[in-house]
Amino acid sequence: MTTIVDARGLSCPQPVILTRRAIQAGEFPIEVLVETVTSRENVRRAAEKAGLQVHVEEVGGEFKLTITK
Amino acid sequence: MSTLNRFFASRWGVIVAGAAIGILAPLLQKWGNPKNMGICVACFERDIAGALGLHRAAVVQYIRPEIIGFVLGALIAALIFGEFRPRTGSAPIIRFVLGMFAMIGALVFLGCPWRALLRLAGGDWNAILALLGLAVGIAIGVWFLKNGYNLGRSYKAKPVVGWIMPGIMVVLLLLVIFQPAFYGFGEDGSRAGPIFFSVKGPGSLHAPLLVSLTVGLVIGFLAQRTRFCTMGSIRDVILIGDTHLISGMGTLLVVAFVVNLILGQFSPGFVTQPVAHSNHLWNFLGMVLAGLAFALAGGCPGRQLFMAGEGDGDAGIFVLGMITGAAFAHNFNLAGSPDAVVEGVLKVGGPSPYGMAAVIAGLVVCLVIGFTMREKS
Repeated sequence: MTTIVDARGLSCPQPVILTRRAIQAGEFPIEVLVETVTSRENVRRAAEKAGLQVHVEEVGGEFKLTITK
Repeated sequence: MSTLNRFFASRWGVIVAGAAIGILAPLLQKWGNPKNMGICVACFERDIAGALGLHRAAVVQYIRPEIIGFVLGALIAALIFGEFRPRTGSAPIIRFVLGMFAMIGALVFLGCPWRALLRLAGGDWNAILALLGLAVGIAIGVWFLKNGYNLGRSYKAKPVVGWIMPGIMVVLLLLVIFQPAFYGFGEDGSRAGPIFFSVKGPGSLHAPLLVSLTVGLVIGFLAQRTRFCTMGSIRDVILIGDTHLISGMGTLLVVAFVVNLILGQFSPGFVTQPVAHSNHLWNFLGMVLAGLAFALAGGCPGRQLFMAGEGDGDAGIFVLGMITGAAFAHNFNLAGSPDAVVEGVLKVGGPSPYGMAAVIAGLVVCLVIGFTMREKS
């Protein structure tokens, strides 16, 4: 089942904290929604550091990061 | 453009930003800024508050073009790379209060985290206590973050929200260029308003306007691209073991140290350092307060200026809180006073009893905010 993390509008480091919690819960894939490039890069870095695959899509000026094992 | 973006987002990007600050800040001292204060976001915002007459401490009044450059440089970078996003609504009044107390804590020590690094790079060992305090304050903030602390979401806003802070900076730039003197000048050549510029003391020491502005624009641009943040550097190490940002902060320290050695600006010791005091406890506690407030607000003073340039109205509110805090710090005699040698005897400076009380009050307020702004998980 897909885990959805809606981190839109949350400032750093909230998107990373929420993503890490979802990774620890272990329900993949995880879809993280963020608004800023800063959050996109921070979440991407955190996921890649955990050895996971990240796919980024831009949807209407926002970003959807899909994290898979 | 995407290659450039990848570079800026990489560890090398933030290292370049740290190196740029490490080179330019000591050079600004050589070009006229106060010693060990090539750049100090807290001190410079305090000088701006004084120049606008919000406080009347005559030795610390000047409209610092570096601050203007930081916001406008970040704005230019955000516009070029499509990252200008007007937004607001994430507990603005809490951010204002955090900004006020962050400034009061920083002025008890006499510097922001950038200046703490630059002071250390200039041989002022008091900065060690300050950086330890900063780390402790941030660690307390991290504990809150781990326990559900969150200022809530911001929301996309109309463009004018994002343009307010850059607009204020343009007005400040006009004031420093044209230097209006509606009330004339006093006998000592000092201005009687509407703006005030120091004729002696740190506020009177500054690099040429165009130099300061250009340096500010360059650093603002680089820092916006790389997300350079001193608070974030320490927070990310404690919170998630991420050393990305701190590589920039470390580079700043090492490069500034080397440049100070080259320029003959390195003078090691604890006492009578420039615009500094050696009251260890309050150097430490002042920065515990500042560090905690920065961590709760999500950015060091520099980063808040860069985010304000990106259109973040909440960061702009934090900056306005800092400027207001600076006014209170001097009007209420809260800021630390520097060490002095009176008739050959060292008089250790530091905050007044009022300043000490303000730091304690600030810590209490920050703890209350930390505990009450938590979401139940």
